[in-house]
Order: sequence, then structure tokens, then C-alpha cells
Amino acid sequence: MKILTGNDLKSGAVIWWTGVGWSLDVNDSADVADSGAALIAREEGVQNVFAAYVVDGVKDEMGVRPAHIKERIRALGPTVRLDLTLKPSDPQAVNWVI
Amino acid sequence: MVEVQFRFRDDEAVNDAAVTVDAFVADGFAQTNATAVRIEPGDDARALLPQLDRLALIEVNFPAWTDGRGYSSARLLREAGYTGEMRAVGDVVIDMLGHLQRCGFDAFAPDKALNPDDAKNAFARWDNVYQATVVDGRQAIWAKRHPA
Amino acid sequence: MYKYDEYDQQMVDTRVAEFRDQVRRRISGELTEDQFKPLRLQNGLYLQLHAYMLRVAVPYGTLNSVQMRLLGDIADKYDRGYGHFTTRQNIQYNWIKLDETPDILAELATVEMHAIQTSGNCIRNISSDQFAGAAADEIIDPRPYAELLRQWSSFHPEFLVLPRKFKICVIASETDRAAMRLHDIGIKMVKNDAGEIGAQFYAGGGMGRTPMIAPMIRDFVPLDQLITFAEACLRVYNRYGRRDNKYKARIKILVHELGRDEYVRQVEEEFAHLLTQPIEPPLAELERIKAHFTDPAFDAGASDDLDLSDPDFRLWVQRNTQAHKQPGYIVATISLKPIGGIPGDASADQIRLMADLGRDHSFDELRVTHAQNIVLPHVKKADLYTVWKALDEAGLATPNLDTVGDIIACPGLDYCSLANARSIPLAQKISQRFASPERQAQIGELKLKISGCINACGHHHAGHIGILGVDKKGVENYQLSFGGSEGADTSLAKITGPGFDEDGVVDAVEKATDVYLANKQGEERFLDTYRRIGMDPFKEAIYG
Repeated sequence: MKILTGNDLKSGAVIWWTGVGWSLDVNDSADVADSGAALIAREEGVQNVFAAYVVDGVKDEMGVRPAHIKERIRALGPTVRLDLTLKPSDPQAVNWVI
Repeated sequence: MVEVQFRFRDDEAVNDAAVTVDAFVADGFAQTNATAVRIEPGDDARALLPQLDRLALIEVNFPAWTDGRGYSSARLLREAGYTGEMRAVGDVVIDMLGHLQRCGFDAFAPDKALNPDDAKNAFARWDNVYQATVVDGRQAIWAKRHPA
Repeated sequence: MYKYDEYDQQMVDTRVAEFRDQVRRRISGELTEDQFKPLRLQNGLYLQLHAYMLRVAVPYGTLNSVQMRLLGDIADKYDRGYGHFTTRQNIQYNWIKLDETPDILAELATVEMHAIQTSGNCIRNISSDQFAGAAADEIIDPRPYAELLRQWSSFHPEFLVLPRKFKICVIASETDRAAMRLHDIGIKMVKNDAGEIGAQFYAGGGMGRTPMIAPMIRDFVPLDQLITFAEACLRVYNRYGRRDNKYKARIKILVHELGRDEYVRQVEEEFAHLLTQPIEPPLAELERIKAHFTDPAFDAGASDDLDLSDPDFRLWVQRNTQAHKQPGYIVATISLKPIGGIPGDASADQIRLMADLGRDHSFDELRVTHAQNIVLPHVKKADLYTVWKALDEAGLATPNLDTVGDIIACPGLDYCSLANARSIPLAQKISQRFASPERQAQIGELKLKISGCINACGHHHAGHIGILGVDKKGVENYQLSFGGSEGADTSLAKITGPGFDEDGVVDAVEKATDVYLANKQGEERFLDTYRRIGMDPFKEAIYG
């Protein structure tokens, strides 16, 4: 699947396109297929997001897993400060990244 | 022709067609009797030096405001004694107006008209300056600290 | 250290107002991201992998306790309770919000701090020797010259849109503690035969994709021509530096492609012209700045004795302190590399503790080193044990300065969107592998540097052991290299061979230190043994 990520303008938070809006959770990601560029133009135009880009992802039983390690770290948070990630109490979080 | 949106000169605006640097210097400066030249980022502004007196208008083009070569071009031409209009054209942005002026620009013709209030703020932003560019006529902070 | 006068204060206040307005225009949509990005970069605000990151300037690595304390408070108030000290002597916060940034800059301005030009294609923070003003071997304190250059470079209207970033370093000793020749411009203050102080200029050094050592371009620039000469160097770069390719845009490429002699010719020509312009500040301005850098009120009767009966204290003193020019005093380095820790990170509480120690025991002065540690430059020997105990309680007394545990690492893929691999977990593993103090003592001086990508912010080219993280088909992989040095004997590290996974490169580093210990002669460091015996014995051990 193709998923869309970007940042919230004011807070800088990493956000993922859900199909209708933007979520902090990568597992809410929708498949944008070919409409990534058009979505980016529209959503950046109204400042719902900035620095948006499309990446490959895979839907699995846990949710959505970005294809590249960089976006998996982006989705989770720094692997060396799990307390600052979206899953501070998940012992499997780093395995999901690697 | 793009409108000169801001101009800080008392004399009449020059609206002669500007020729390229190459055209101006060609044939020992005899190819054209133009009084206006347009400098592109890749041009050597010093090529104009032998006949600077002929020029009433120098346009310095900024295809992208992030290409800063035009600042050096303008300033060194002022250093060489050019007193005509120095006009910034192209991608002229609010946030660089003050810096352009300090490099010797006294006219601004942005591709897209700028918000006049923002521009006014930008020109007036810095009460003091750390460096002497000389060509802007401003006294650097170090000169104020040590009055001669 | 330097104190702002009304002019300096007005400049930072004006900058805050300017940026506040730029943020307003961005949030309202008047400025697009493309238009805004170069502006926010010139105020130190990056977009990283997880959030906005703010890089606050610590000019030539010097700050006082009030400033340090505020850096800790900012971490708590606006970020997630910690900061990261960088390889250019600055501090970074990783979780900043755009709409709060003007307020952060306003708070910094109340203590004479800023984030001016810490990013963007402009002249960046000017770095210097972390032992300036304390070291016995400097000919003069380099920092007044760095301050003169800082003011000259701040909002310099001709040089705000250079082809690329521009990094300047100023030192004043033969021992180069600041990697001077790996800067775009490096300056060494020297004395000529007449005993006059002048500036020796180097240009075209740097790391990144194409590491280069800066050649000397001028043996001696008199003090009353320093700014004019710097301006000539920058103007030639602004006019002729490449703008067609971001990866070929640094001045090192220009110097390399023109050749040193041609670059020098162009600079000297421009310099001769600029000497006709009244752009040089009077020497009185340099004297005014120098007056801020006089020696603190040392106690002339301070005892030069140190009770080293506590073995842990003794080990820390042996590793982490340096002789001070003043008897009775000592220079102490606070390691931000605890075993298994994140190199260069400090919590808000730790930052405030260090501020207090600076205030109480170092004449209110601290330094940030390019190796991501903190220095207390003027500690009375009589107070050193008290300082050490306070550091030890806070986890800041790791006795590993310049040893294999004192790793320089960029933030890497955990934080940085430019990275290809994580660098911090690797640093942690190496740190743990070599945790034993006996082993660290045995190996001695070993500067290990890790970069998470080819941009080399971890300075891996200058590591005795350098490690570069790469992306090998979506999996992190690490290239190992040996023999780099950032000192006066500057050299660039050479790759050993095929890369490794994370555990593999830790093993390879250990094998390399085994080869060193087996072949070491006399007092040789790892670097010296490598330079003497060459790569082959290491390759054999590592690759079999």
C-alpha cells in the first residue's frame, strides 16, 4: 500500500493520512494508491500538513508497517528513548522497527 | 515590464531596455549604446567597470532569491563608483529587502508584488548594523562604539 | 567572557521580533513552506524525523551559569526534559513547536543567547578551543577574535545566501583541539618574528561526502586587516562557489577545483580591492572585546596539591583534567558519555547542576566541546573533589575523556531525517563492550566517531576509529575506518573493507584494539600504531 506522512505545521508532530484526516498513529494510515500527489497538494494548500511525502507500507495483523526503517522510526519515535515514543511500555516496539 | 514597486531615488526612473552583460561589453563596448544592463547570477559584474559611467540603470536578476550572487555584484559595482539606479529584479522577497538595500540596491521590482506593509517593516527592521558595507551609507555599530 | 552592550542586545531583540513576524506570516499562509524554510533555518529551526529541532548557538562554546541554567529550563518548559550538545559546540532541542519558537528565542535573548545562523546557507557558529583562556600552551586567548568575527558574520547582508553553509574555527595554539583544518575557514592566531599577533588563514577544509584538509592560504594577516581578509575570502566564495549541485557547493570544492594557488590569487586580488574600503573595525573594537576576556580573579596563593587517595577520584583526575596555566587551578572535563548512554545528551537537571558548578567553582564559566562534553575551565584544585562528588552523584563523572568510551556520535536515524542508519545504539554497544575502566586505561587515547550518514556530522573521517552508517537494501550497515585525526596532524580515516551489521562492527572494533595492544610500542596510541604498521594486520584480524 502507499501511505502518506507529513508534519503538523504548528506542533511539528508526525502525522499520517487516514483517508479523511490526519492521525498521530501510523496504524490509522489509509492506502492512497495513486492519489498521493494530489492529496499532498490539497492538504498542504490548506495547511493541514506540510513536508508531506508518500512511502510504501504493508498492512499486517498489528496494523500498518512502513516499508523502510526510517519511517518505522518516524512512526514510533527514537529507539534509544522509548519513554519518548508512542509506545513507551511496549517491549516489542524496537523489534517492530528493525 | 515588471513594475518597480519600491524606489529610493530622487531622480527620474530609467526605463531603457536593459541589455545583457555580454552585449554591453561586446566589440570593445561598441556593439550597443545602451545605458541599462541586466546582470545574471553567473555574470562577472566587474566586466562593466571600464564603462560604468555610461550606465544609468543596472538590473540585477534573482531567478531564485536563494542564489546570493547578486548581492556581491551590486555591492562591488557600488564600490567601483556606480551611482545610477541599482534595481533588484526577479524573486525579490520581503525578508531580504533590508539586506539588498545594504548591498547598494535602491530600486526593487519583484516578479510578484509584495505586501507594502510587510515591505515597510522589512526596510525599517534594523536600527543598527554590525558591518560597514559602506555602500549603504550606514554607520556600523563598531563606528558608533568608537566615534572617531 | 563577552557581555552584550545595548547594541548587541538590540540586535538579538530585533531578530526575535523579525522571526516572530515571519512565523506569523507562515502560520497565516502568507509565506509558503518553500519561502519560509530558509528563514527558519537561519534561526536554527530544522524539521527532523519526529518534530522541529531548534539549534541554539553557544558562541565559540563559551557560556555562563545563568545561560546554562536557562538552557536546562528551556528543556523542561518547551521540550522533553533534555538537550543534546553538538559537534559544533551548540545545543539542540528535539521536540520544539513552531508557534512557541519566538517565545523561546525571546527568553534566550534575556540572557544574551540566540539561534542566529545556526543553520542555513550562511556563516554558522564560530567554534574555538574549549580550553581557551585556561590552557598553558595558547599564545593568546582566541575567543576575542572569534567574537569579532561573530559580530561581523551576523546578518552580513552580502553573505546570507551563500552556495552552502560556512563554518569558521579560531584557535591560538599549536595543539589543535578544535579540528581547525577541517573547517571552511580555519584561523590560527600566531606570533610573527617581531612578536606581533596575527591570523594564519586556512581555507577549504571540511568533512561530509568529500573530506578535505584546509590548505594554508595566508601565513600572517595583521590584526588590523582581519575582517577585510575574511570578507575577501567570503566574497570570492559567494561569487564563484558552485550553485549547480548541493553536494559540490562547499568552499572546499571551489578551492579544490580552482587549486589552492588560484583561490589564493583571487582572494588576494579581492583583498587588495577591499583594503580601499573602510570596512575594518578599528583596533579599539578588538581591545574593547578583549577587555571582556581577562583572567578571572585567581587566588594567587591557591594550593597546587591534590589529595588523590580516593581511587575513583584519582582515575577521573588522570583522565578528565588538564593542567591550567595558573598554579592551584585545573581544567576539568565533564563527560556526557556515561557507559551505555546517549553521547552528548544531558537532562535538564544535569544541565542545571553543571550551571551551578560553573557558578560556584569555575568563575561562572563553562565550555561546550566539539566532542560533545562540557568543560569547567577554571577549577581551584582545592575544590576539585567537591566538584567531582557532585558530578558523580549526577552520573556526570565518567572518567573517559578521549578514551574509547568518549564516543562522538551524531543523532543518527533515531532523530535525523538525513540519516541512513542509527548511530546512538551502536555507540551504546561499543561503550558497554569497553566499559571496564582497566581496559579503557590499557587502550588509552582512542577517538572513536560515528556518523549515521555521509554528511559526517559525527566527524567519522577524523576518527582514530571512524564508523559510517549506511543503508544496505533497507538494512543498517556500518563501514569501519582507521587513522583519521583532527589535531595538528590532521588526517582522514581509511576504510578497512566490507561493512558490518551493528554487532559485527562492535566485534571488529574490539579486534582492532586487540591488534593495537599486541603491536603497541612504547607510549604509542592506537593512532600511532596504526600509522606505523598500516592497515594489513588489522584487516587480517577483522576479516580473517
